[in-house]
Amino acid sequence: MFAFIVRRLAQAALVMVTVALISFMLFQYVGDPVVFLLGQDATQEQIRELRQALGLDQPFIVQFWHFLANAARGEFGFSLRQGTQVSALIAERFPATLELALVAGFLALAVGIPMGVYAALRRGSFLSQVFMTLSLLGVSLPTFLIGILLILVFAVTLGWFPSFGRGDVVKIGWWTSGLLTAKGWHHIVLPAVTLAIFQLTLIMRLVRAEMLEVLRTDYIKFARARGLTTRAVHFGHALKNTLVPVMTITGLQLGGLIAFAIITETVFQWPGMGLLFIQAVTFADIPVMAAYLCLIALIFVVINLIVDLLYFAVDPRLRAGKSGGH
Amino acid sequence: MGYSFRTSPTAIFAALIALICLVCALFAPWIAPHNPFDLATLQLDNARLPPAWSVGGKSEYFLGTDDQGRDILSALMYGARISLAVGLASVVLSLLVGVSMGLLAGFLGGWIDGLLMRLCDVMLSFPAILVALLIAGVGRALFPNAHESLAFGVLIVSISLTGWVQYARTVRGSTMVERNKEYVQAARVTGVAPLRIMRKHVLPNVLGPVLVLATIQVATAIITEATLSFLGVGAPPTSPSLGTLIRVGNDYLFSGEWWITIFPGAMLVLIALSVNLLGDWLRDALNPRLR
Repeated sequence: MFAFIVRRLAQAALVMVTVALISFMLFQYVGDPVVFLLGQDATQEQIRELRQALGLDQPFIVQFWHFLANAARGEFGFSLRQGTQVSALIAERFPATLELALVAGFLALAVGIPMGVYAALRRGSFLSQVFMTLSLLGVSLPTFLIGILLILVFAVTLGWFPSFGRGDVVKIGWWTSGLLTAKGWHHIVLPAVTLAIFQLTLIMRLVRAEMLEVLRTDYIKFARARGLTTRAVHFGHALKNTLVPVMTITGLQLGGLIAFAIITETVFQWPGMGLLFIQAVTFADIPVMAAYLCLIALIFVVINLIVDLLYFAVDPRLRAGKSGGH
Repeated sequence: MGYSFRTSPTAIFAALIALICLVCALFAPWIAPHNPFDLATLQLDNARLPPAWSVGGKSEYFLGTDDQGRDILSALMYGARISLAVGLASVVLSLLVGVSMGLLAGFLGGWIDGLLMRLCDVMLSFPAILVALLIAGVGRALFPNAHESLAFGVLIVSISLTGWVQYARTVRGSTMVERNKEYVQAARVTGVAPLRIMRKHVLPNVLGPVLVLATIQVATAIITEATLSFLGVGAPPTSPSLGTLIRVGNDYLFSGEWWITIFPGAMLVLIALSVNLLGDWLRDALNPRLR
């Protein structure tokens, strides 16, 4: 197990360094900070001095090392468009995106798993077919269209939910939370549902497929033969073994949720990181893009690590074979 | 295959819808009732007209008009033309890159294979839309005063650079199987150059799954294009794709002018759904085990 963890950590570090290298190259070669800081009509002398002051005349590897050291401390310089520190901008937006992603992820799991289980156990029933058809539609509808349709129906026509912003937020230190006020919950409904629908359909289809697979195995037949109740067989044995692959996908999806939040946040004007990133892309604000990229990569890598470690907690076969995973 | 097509109502239906969309897109300049880009024909008192069947609609603007008095139906046809063109171009580009990479990796093996597959792993661990956005952003930073045609170039490249991975993986898998078969051995023994073996002997035998993948990728590419355009980093407003139309119409949703955004959205879903259904059918039809 130890060797397995070390290898996973090494892989994670490799991915992070690769992403950091890409961000660094973006920084250094795409948006030339010198031209930006001095404007188009700077003299050669000024350019040379600034290059020296910023350390841009040093060898590549030294500059990259400085970049890594700064990135590790969360320093990504200043936003080209807004002139404020990138780290401050991101810290301000991060809570909104994380809360949205968590609520959406919870929703997708809480609705997707029961729907998948039902569709597997009552295969061919009318409701299962409705679920399957809806899930096909959910996969074919692009996220932004789902958001627009929800706004049209629930905000414009029915007027039940607001369609933009976070509502009232409570400040806890540097963290701002919308989940402590009634208005905040009122505002998060439509964006969270939009973000959840795609994941929900994926989870539902996955649970259904896995469940059907597991129900065919010998140990389920054996459990039935032992005379266990249907309920115990379905939920004690079958569902438990279905959840291992579901866990992997869910872990990856949480990262996906944060990335897909870009679209949802644009539709609902949700003041999160995704909206910040889109503005950065539109205005070619390289420092913000690079910082966002590194942060997303970090989140992905950490989630992957947690999922790998959870395997040991869930799957006894991995603990028994101490040789170090696969 | 013809038999399987004739007996599948879903496939016929999907093909019919796809064909109608294709005809609308291809012949938009000739069959569209108005030219939405001809500023001379636009009249502001025709702006924001509802569809013909609701109160206040005019029969000459069947699906209504947008804020500048452009006919929605015509804008849809022109938009579908751009969406389809960008989608097809990116699929062709990612197909070329992906198939060559997959052939090289699978046929040569060794460190080339290792390097390419690690690259695929890294790309696949990030959502495609994020990678596409990043490339679009870099493109914008590199060419700040991008010309319109350049904007489309960046768009196509950013979509295809996220799509090639799938082809590379599929082709690599089948190439590794084909590599050890007798006909390839025979070609090697007779002294055919490796590149020629890949092109003339291996390639035709690994194209089946690629065809299925390409069909489904057309739908994915169109949706990615629409998403990028909706986010404002895709097709420029001067030559709007379906995604740009939805983006523009989104501003009028709250004042009740739903048709400006809903019709382009419906068109997008129709195209994506019909192409996906065709892809599903093709997969089953080409699968010998299901025949």
